[in-house]
Amino acid sequence: MSQSYNRGLIEDFGRWREFSAGMWAWVFHKFTGWVLVGYLFTHIAVLSTALQSPDAYTTTIQSLESLLVVRILEVGLLSVAVFHILNGLRLLFVDLGIGLEAQDKSFYASLLLTGAIAVASVPTFLAGVFG
Amino acid sequence: MAERYSSFEVGGRRWLWQRITAAFLVVVLAFHFFLLHFVNHADEVTFAMSQARMETLTYFSLMILFLLTATFHGVNGVYNALINQGLTGTRKTAVKLVLVVASAVVIVQGVRTALAWAGGVPL
Repeated sequence: MSQSYNRGLIEDFGRWREFSAGMWAWVFHKFTGWVLVGYLFTHIAVLSTALQSPDAYTTTIQSLESLLVVRILEVGLLSVAVFHILNGLRLLFVDLGIGLEAQDKSFYASLLLTGAIAVASVPTFLAGVFG
Repeated sequence: MAERYSSFEVGGRRWLWQRITAAFLVVVLAFHFFLLHFVNHADEVTFAMSQARMETLTYFSLMILFLLTATFHGVNGVYNALINQGLTGTRKTAVKLVLVVASAVVIVQGVRTALAWAGGVPL
């Protein structure tokens, strides 16, 4: 028989020491989601320079890409996107009833794979910025 | 009976659309990142290169669909996150209005930019 219980406010981040793998996955998914939606608006704003003139667009993109900080932020953006994609797949599978019993393992796998892809992408993202 | 914890309304379809757009975005976001950072490099981007891609109807339509689904998925996600945090009543209505307007602005701006690259709809 199901019963009602007071679990407290699940969104109470002050309880972070009590969080299990699933809760950390929820927190990371939310955090990466906020970053990605923020980036979407910034991205469209930057791309909109194409409305001024072809030169304005090319100059804006190439000026941004010449900055080391932008290249580092791009590695961060890739990491955030990869984690959101991998954890999103994990959530889609769980919604379909697949893998719920291994949801903690699939979260750790998402983290490891994100880390590996982020490290492997560093040479590509930093190419040419020092030269 | 166990209490129901959800940001979504009973019988609503936003839950389903969040999943449908997620399945689409998993593939298209990965493709977008791979194409524009690993096949082509971001520091080599020029207006002419973006224009060449956008002049293809398949690519143009994919990017418009990408814009629409990403905006819905992102803004709907923000709305649900705020409801999770306890947003209700008039503030909830006001936030919904702001998010709808912000979505419209980003979509209109994105479509205008795509049309500027493609020089109109590439039919």
